[in-house]
Amino acid sequence: MTDFTIRVDQNKYLPAGSQEVHGIITVEASGPVDRAPVAEAAEVIIVDTSGSMSYGKIADARKAAQAAIDTLRDGVHFAVISGNHQAEVIFPGGGRLAPADAQSRHAAKEAVSHLRAEGGTAMGRWLRRAADLFSAHQVTHPGAIRHAILLTDGKNEHEPAPEFDANLAYCSGKFVCDCRGVGTDWVVAEVRRIGSTLLGSVMDIRRPEELEADFRAMTEAAMGKTVADVALRVWIPRAATLNFVKQVSPALEDLTSRRTEVDALTGDYPTGAWGGESREYHVSVRVPSGNVGQEMRAGLVKLVLPDTGQVLASGNMLAQWSDDPVQSTRINQRVAHYTGQQELASLIQEGLQARNDGDVEAATARLGKARGIAEQAGNEETAKLLDKVIDVDPETGTARLKRVVDKADEIALDTRSVRTVRMRKDPEN
Amino acid sequence: MNGACPACGTQVLAGEAFCEQCGHDLSSAATPCTACGSLNVGQDGYCENCGMLQPSGRDHVEIELETSAGVSDRGLRHSRNEDAMGLTSLAQGQVVAIVCDGVSTSPRPDEASQAAADIALATLAKRLAEGDDAETATREAVRLAAGAVAASARPGEDSPACTFVSAVVAGRLVTVGWVGDSRAYWLGAQSALLTTDDATPGTHMLTAWLGADAGEVVPHIRTFTTDGPGVVLLCSDGLWNYYPEPEALAATALNDNPLAAARRLVRLANEAGGHDNITVAVIPFGRGERAENTVAFPKERSD
Repeated sequence: MTDFTIRVDQNKYLPAGSQEVHGIITVEASGPVDRAPVAEAAEVIIVDTSGSMSYGKIADARKAAQAAIDTLRDGVHFAVISGNHQAEVIFPGGGRLAPADAQSRHAAKEAVSHLRAEGGTAMGRWLRRAADLFSAHQVTHPGAIRHAILLTDGKNEHEPAPEFDANLAYCSGKFVCDCRGVGTDWVVAEVRRIGSTLLGSVMDIRRPEELEADFRAMTEAAMGKTVADVALRVWIPRAATLNFVKQVSPALEDLTSRRTEVDALTGDYPTGAWGGESREYHVSVRVPSGNVGQEMRAGLVKLVLPDTGQVLASGNMLAQWSDDPVQSTRINQRVAHYTGQQELASLIQEGLQARNDGDVEAATARLGKARGIAEQAGNEETAKLLDKVIDVDPETGTARLKRVVDKADEIALDTRSVRTVRMRKDPEN
Repeated sequence: MNGACPACGTQVLAGEAFCEQCGHDLSSAATPCTACGSLNVGQDGYCENCGMLQPSGRDHVEIELETSAGVSDRGLRHSRNEDAMGLTSLAQGQVVAIVCDGVSTSPRPDEASQAAADIALATLAKRLAEGDDAETATREAVRLAAGAVAASARPGEDSPACTFVSAVVAGRLVTVGWVGDSRAYWLGAQSALLTTDDATPGTHMLTAWLGADAGEVVPHIRTFTTDGPGVVLLCSDGLWNYYPEPEALAATALNDNPLAAARRLVRLANEAGGHDNITVAVIPFGRGERAENTVAFPKERSD
């Protein structure tokens, strides 16, 4: 069984009258080196086969899907969906998943090799089909890790927005989905919504030939998960308000609206499946003000399996009012770091939006500021990507938008804006 | 105090043995939260309704005897009370009082001060009952208290430490013993400080204390005679930091019953900032006797 630990980083001391409590919750899962029992994993590979995938992209997509199939361990249940304006299960069919072995892998790869690019794009329908496969599988395999890979290269043009919304809501909680966008015709915001709802990552693949290695890595990561459907359970005092619950590492994900009420003071926030990994969450609570010297528990954060109520780990967020400014003005480095990471992501996303809207002044201000934060906080990859969009004079700090920007660079910057870096130096080490 | 049933949340009244809604046995329920009244206080001391950490038993302690009283309070800036006190009356109207102040920078100072006060009180009571004179009993009490604090040190950490001041009031004699900067005052027609701090003047740097790192502990012991009515006051620096002058203390502590006087002194210190834990013991002396202005000042006995 995987072991979970929770650590809370915060400055619990508040100046008199202050009510805002911030904590960074670090959750670490460490488990046995051997992997999860194979029968407990289910994988669905969804390949965009719309007309735009022709001209070679489909060939790379086939190879990528085949690499993913090869990576599946024996006994993992899987299926492959071909998606255009509708969804077709090209392997194994019959509304079920097939256990992986030499024979089924061969058959699946054979089916993939016949994939052809034609038709439109309706991603919600692909996902709904995957959800139904997972749901059917879960009846006989409760507790299985349920993971999907979605590859797309275009806009969701052939599915009305309300239908897409409904399909996405239908899928929420049924499986985790990592998404990959290839080329420059897909819409980051659209795919990000899928990744957010289904608790998966979103990455851009610049060249189709990179797909194969990426699919293999993604499948390997999915095979490393050992516990499905873990929730962050947050208790706050009766008179307090929960400002937000956000995942801040490895990528930003606002979970605040994903609350499932447990009781009046407690809510569950989904975190998906866990393997040996560590993630960090930023929890902010507004508490009623207390008297100097008083101490309060401002939040109790637990990692739970909601189905059984089993508590895997827990940690306290505290508040203690002090009129000693040395105590109350001390800034917790981890809280500061991730507050900066959130600001950086917002600046990039707003800056790119302003740039597309033709608001040069706002775009320059935001992206220029983002460039400074990226350098300061150690987001080297982000800084490099920003350099492809904006010039900043190192002497004067004056920023100027580049006239010509590669669309792939813009997509990469947007996609990766939510990925955070950890603190350069852990103050406790 | 009213509260909520820990099982079903229904409002219940103090004194009710069972919840009228669900029948839950309320007699086993914890003390209601001091902040919101909920009966749902976790074992870790945080209220499961409002989150407030419950005051520990030592945050505010009052002892009232027939002839004397002590109050110990956390103050406003410390998260716990590291002061401790002991107060008891013995045969023939003898009163024994002790105040110990845990050194905040040492580990577990609250345990050190409590251990010192407890063992010193027991020792003084026993030795005095057995007929020892007050100075001998005080010396023995300090020796055992110092030993208890020194013995509480754990490998790998600094030594727990605390101060000590005691008073034995018997007849017209007051015997004061101390180590550190907790004080004894005589408050009367002519008030005076009876102790000299074991601290670098003008600072709180102690030059003597109880603890494994203190070396051999040699207490100051002095005995005074008084001729007029007044009050013996023991206190930790949480009080005298704000009110060092005997006259100011006398103005507050005289002409009231001991508990009211002790409470008022603690309140004054809290109103002045409550920067430290505050502990005071008030032992009236010669009550009802006529003040003889000429001899009210305590004289150190010369023997």
